[in-house]
Amino acid sequence: MSDPTDSAAAPAPPQTGSGFGPDLAEVFGPSQQDGGPELIQLLTPEGERVHHPDFDMEFTPEQLRGFYRDMVMVRRIDTESTALQRHGELGIWAQLLGQEAAQVGAGRALRPQDFVFPTYREHGVAWCRGLDPLKLLGLFRGVDHGDWDPEEYNFGLYTIVIGAQTLHATGYAMGMQRDGAVGTGDPERDAAVIAHFGDGASSQGDVNEAFIFAASYNAPVVFFCQNNQWAISEPIERQTRIPLYQRALGFGFPGVRVDGNDVLATYAVTQAALQRARDGQGPTFVEAYTYRMGAHTTTDDPTRYRLSGDVESWKLKDPISRVEAYLRRNGLADSAFFGEVAGEADDLGARLRDGVKALPDPRPLDIFDAVYDETTDELREQHDEFAAYLDSFEGSHA
Amino acid sequence: MSEQSQKITLAKGLNMGLRQAMEADSKVLVMGEDVGKLGGVFRITDGLQKDFGEDRVIDSPLAESGIVGTAVGMAMRGYRPVVEIQFDGFVYPAYDQIVCQVAKIHFRSKGRIKMPIVIRIPFGGGIGAVEHHSESPEAQFAHTPGLKVVACSNPVDGYWMIQQAIACDDPVIFLEPKRQYHADKAELDETATPEPLFTSRVVRPGQDVTLLAYGPTVKTAMKAAEAASGEGRSLEVIDLRTLSPLDMGPVLDSVRRTGRAVVVHEAHVNLGMGAELAARITEQCFYNLEAPVLRVGGFDTPYPASRIEEEWLPDLDRVLDAVDRTLSF
Repeated sequence: MSDPTDSAAAPAPPQTGSGFGPDLAEVFGPSQQDGGPELIQLLTPEGERVHHPDFDMEFTPEQLRGFYRDMVMVRRIDTESTALQRHGELGIWAQLLGQEAAQVGAGRALRPQDFVFPTYREHGVAWCRGLDPLKLLGLFRGVDHGDWDPEEYNFGLYTIVIGAQTLHATGYAMGMQRDGAVGTGDPERDAAVIAHFGDGASSQGDVNEAFIFAASYNAPVVFFCQNNQWAISEPIERQTRIPLYQRALGFGFPGVRVDGNDVLATYAVTQAALQRARDGQGPTFVEAYTYRMGAHTTTDDPTRYRLSGDVESWKLKDPISRVEAYLRRNGLADSAFFGEVAGEADDLGARLRDGVKALPDPRPLDIFDAVYDETTDELREQHDEFAAYLDSFEGSHA
Repeated sequence: MSEQSQKITLAKGLNMGLRQAMEADSKVLVMGEDVGKLGGVFRITDGLQKDFGEDRVIDSPLAESGIVGTAVGMAMRGYRPVVEIQFDGFVYPAYDQIVCQVAKIHFRSKGRIKMPIVIRIPFGGGIGAVEHHSESPEAQFAHTPGLKVVACSNPVDGYWMIQQAIACDDPVIFLEPKRQYHADKAELDETATPEPLFTSRVVRPGQDVTLLAYGPTVKTAMKAAEAASGEGRSLEVIDLRTLSPLDMGPVLDSVRRTGRAVVVHEAHVNLGMGAELAARITEQCFYNLEAPVLRVGGFDTPYPASRIEEEWLPDLDRVLDAVDRTLSF
């Protein structure tokens, strides 16, 4: 008798008879734990620089040190926030540990005029957009739903409903088309949208509708999927029987799989995809193949559903250590640099610890403020009644 | 008839109103299934794509969540999308985008992001259609903070209210009584000054009982009032027009005079608009009431097959029956 978990963990692509076209197992190949032969990589887990026929590019030492610094800072935001949740300062935290390269690579590929639609885990992209991480913590502390101006950073509010933002991204991109901000050849003007989502979201209707709308209208949007292998406890095999990036073909636009733990490759591929969009060549699907090293959120317990061996094997592909190895081996950064970055990360950690406690709680009567652009008599009445109720308590200062 | 006046149907009024709004503001876009070349299955957008182009009158894939979700993105980019949901019963695939995104983004963003989206929904029954084409989902949207919900009942209101809804910086669910689209004509004076959008209106004054109606049941209530007058009963009819927010002023003024109210809508009675109206009337003019507020509406069943829909829909006799009951309480 076969172990029933075998087929659930690693299903073979379905076989088809000749009357239904080619054998899908031959087309898509077997499940590839390492990302498969299509994985675009410019820096190996060992820190060796490799080249790719389509997406190769040169990086300056300054850029490489910048990537390293970004990733260290982003990891510190994550570990610090996880600790703050454990200390009761945050209600919950959505961890990005292991996904630093995917987010920094994608974030640094943006131009100022591009617009980002994040999920609730894009802390690294937020960092690249210049958003103070304390703004992110407000949401997870429960003092607001995201207290930043999307127009100021061209970075949308975190969206909790899985995949909903991919449609917003597509509509925003259609707006850019109508503004004449696509395909003019002016690098200051041409713009694109990037929609972030995960492997779990790829099963959502909204994401598939976004693909259809974007393809139909040739919208300037990059669908950037961080395939971190897990949707809470559901493995990637529960979402798809074929490599995710290959789905794009069925919607009528290109899809590529990049090593999401390789910041150089992610940067190169995302930049190329964004440029396609800005040039008016339409949507691209980028699957950043990575791994969620932490839990889904601080409420999750991955020991219930995944093997520690899997996590250990992905530790060997760490996004930061491979850049550090490359920088050291090639003499592109000295220990003073690494010490400086570590000190900067410590300072950021201290600032987050102090800052989160200083975030003011919202006042009860603020609830009524922004329901509508033009509020209603009904809400005014409720506000006034609630104010009178609060005032009725002795010593109230509401 | 003055030079500016003309006799129009509701369909024509809405079409003219959309055209006016598109001429007045280049950011106004129309999007939906079949709204372009076909002019919409009810022809409400007839001729708009020809005159405003495919970039402003956008034929969409058949995906309601996609239509509303992309409209959210367009609104964030500064556009004012007017989306058409082809039939009431097809709005549910977009329900998540409407309730979780359209309704909440202004609040979520502390007012930084406006959502000037109009979601047009032909609603109500009486056209002999198959399942999912005759529903009245208004309470589901009126129950959702962040949305505004209005229902037009006649050609002149159709013309003005659609323009006012498009000019509104909040999202508006715009309900159109599809049975009335090509029915009665009314005289439109385009030079008139319309009342504000979120107001209710007494459409027939009376002394004995207040009838509260909106959308398709305004006509039913008017017929009932006409029939009752033959029996010496004077019914006041109020066209609510706005369902969220409710404009309780005219309603309370009326009930304070009549002491009796009957709410008439096609939607199911259970937890419908009538329930909210009855609660508010009771809270605010309890001592003026001579009888409990009664509700006449669809039964708490799914919409029936069309051969018996007239039995399900509130009609003149069921309204008059309720009037009898409130008067004899």
